[in-house]
Amino acid sequence: MDLTLDDGQLALQEELRRFLTNEMTPERRRAMSAEPGGVDRAFWLRLAEMGVFSLTLSEAAGGVGLGIDDATIVFEELGRALVPGPLVATFLAAGFVDGAADGTIVVGAVDRGPEDLVVEHLEALDRILWSGDPATVTDVPRGRLITRPLDPTTPVSHVRATDIGPGDTVDPALRDGLLRHASLLVAAFQVGLAQAAVDLATDYAKSRQQFGRAIGSFQALKHLLADAAAATDIARAGVHAAAVAINEHDDADVEPVARLDVLAAGARIVASRAAHVAATTCIQVHGGMGYTWEVEAHLLLKRSMVLDQSLGGIASAERTVEESL
Amino acid sequence: MRLRSTPAEEAFRSELREWLGVHLAQLPAHPAADDWPAQREYDTAWQRQLFDAAYAGMAWPKAYGGRESTANEELIFLEETERAGAPYIGCNFVGTLHAGPTIAAEGTAEQKERHLRPILRGDHVWCQGFSEPEAGSDLASLRTRAVRDGDHYVVTGQKIWTSHAHVADYCEMLVRTDPDSKHGGISWLIMPMDSPGIELRPLRTLTGVSEFNEMFLDEVRIPVENLVGAENDGWRVAMVTFSFERGTAFVSELLGSMVMARDLAEVAKAMGAWDDQSIRRDLAIVVAELESLWAYTKRNISTAAKTGTTGVGGSIFKLGYHDARLHLADVTTRVLARHGLALDDLGTLSRFDHVERSLYALSLSIAAGTSQIQRNIVGERLLGLPKERAWT
Repeated sequence: MDLTLDDGQLALQEELRRFLTNEMTPERRRAMSAEPGGVDRAFWLRLAEMGVFSLTLSEAAGGVGLGIDDATIVFEELGRALVPGPLVATFLAAGFVDGAADGTIVVGAVDRGPEDLVVEHLEALDRILWSGDPATVTDVPRGRLITRPLDPTTPVSHVRATDIGPGDTVDPALRDGLLRHASLLVAAFQVGLAQAAVDLATDYAKSRQQFGRAIGSFQALKHLLADAAAATDIARAGVHAAAVAINEHDDADVEPVARLDVLAAGARIVASRAAHVAATTCIQVHGGMGYTWEVEAHLLLKRSMVLDQSLGGIASAERTVEESL
Repeated sequence: MRLRSTPAEEAFRSELREWLGVHLAQLPAHPAADDWPAQREYDTAWQRQLFDAAYAGMAWPKAYGGRESTANEELIFLEETERAGAPYIGCNFVGTLHAGPTIAAEGTAEQKERHLRPILRGDHVWCQGFSEPEAGSDLASLRTRAVRDGDHYVVTGQKIWTSHAHVADYCEMLVRTDPDSKHGGISWLIMPMDSPGIELRPLRTLTGVSEFNEMFLDEVRIPVENLVGAENDGWRVAMVTFSFERGTAFVSELLGSMVMARDLAEVAKAMGAWDDQSIRRDLAIVVAELESLWAYTKRNISTAAKTGTTGVGGSIFKLGYHDARLHLADVTTRVLARHGLALDDLGTLSRFDHVERSLYALSLSIAAGTSQIQRNIVGERLLGLPKERAWT
């Protein structure tokens, strides 16, 4: 047993962090929000070149041949840099939708319901993966863009259920694994959001002066930040352990499959709560400015809220753990 | 990253399982909660059996009967003993986990010879005399005075939170040998508990158990040869065990909590509370939290194995664990409803004392460094935030 990152994983983390620090600036993010569907296609291709979507595909299939634990490291960095777009959906689709792995097409994912739907990034999508039984992949239906989305970096459209075509059925053997990986990668992204919130708030607490001293010296704020940092690090360990359990299962049956679903769902629950705590703490530590668009704290909170409604949603994760009791 | 054990670790696990199967079957009944002499007898008898099979000191040097095992093997030991329902470390806690390792690191050859093997074998029980009524979080402000008189220290003062003092043979004690220096005026002494001048008064805790004592010291004479480390170097000596923390401290307790949470689901089903969706959801969240803390524990152990310390990992674990246990206590209260007015479970609902364990959760943010101190540690050492003021 060793739950620390190995040298390869540290290098992967470092490489991606450097790339995103340089490229994913607040100005760049604002520019992306103005693109149709909120996705910058050129940047999407660069993410694909970094292996973001093909990471766990075999080398024979044009992938990098890494494990799902490596993917959680990548998705934490994507979350930390608040990269916009249907990243998890395109990653999931890369195994069976042509063009997803190399970034030439953008795939969205939506939980199918009987009624009208809210779809993220609709105008940027080439294909949509609909979860449900059976899961399907369809062309993109028409929709009406909503003027004011919750998250400025996640445009949403209103789609009528009757406008969705029948599409192709996803191999049922793939379906369960997709949900498990979706939970895990959403969880990893949430950990990244949480870490970004802790970092942003900590930097501010060190530089902002009131009463003649840095506000981070006051225990009232220091303790809020410590709780957020603790929640984030605990959530990260949960994501890593679930990912490794899934990885090792793929090699040999160490854990029963149902247990893996519970681990992934549990990791998602804890990560979601950590992101919420960290983002709201980040807003609080910034005081009045935290309540404005001048500081990116609100984007971290809003993205976390978007993720809680994506890919099965947090409620289905809670039910998965509930049903294991 | 990997979770899987090595073949050698798996061999250790199956050997241990077999041993536990044989020895647990012969275990006597557990004594009553407040019968301390009987508990000492029970705890030390089990300790002796562990010692004879070289399981008593997983991290201890072989020279004193330990196994010098890896942290992963120690984790397997704790996992398997918890799973099999083996006795807890009980009154051997201070000796095997704190006083013993301190003497092993800082004691003289004679002190090691006299104390280490008897501690590990369960012959000697130790208690801890660190905290004082006026020295809690600010431990280094302790005032129990030790004055040199020939080849003895004469010790007068008051200690508190001294677990198992009434059945202990020795006390690891911090005393003030220099009133003019705070951290630099403390010494670490071994006090035989049969010395004249020691008076104990039990403290009943919130759960109703009298686990702790106040200890009054009136001119207790302690031989100078019982000094561990140099005079006035006791603060460093007391902190030395933290520098080789392996991250295993809460393993048994956490695994117990995970079993307890699942047991609460069974209780809820039996009592009908499981029909309440909010109870199902909240318990699911607690189970997820405990599972993440289990992952966190493993990562702490991995980190310590690589670097020799868990860093702030112990503080973070404690903050998260207290939180999860409070959430569990809240669900417990809602599941048991009016049954929770009785500390003993009614009928045969469960083998756990869910109500008592809920009350116990309140100690987790106080004992071994309050949550407020832990948050200062995380805020200052991990996040690099400035101190509120210069601590003295």
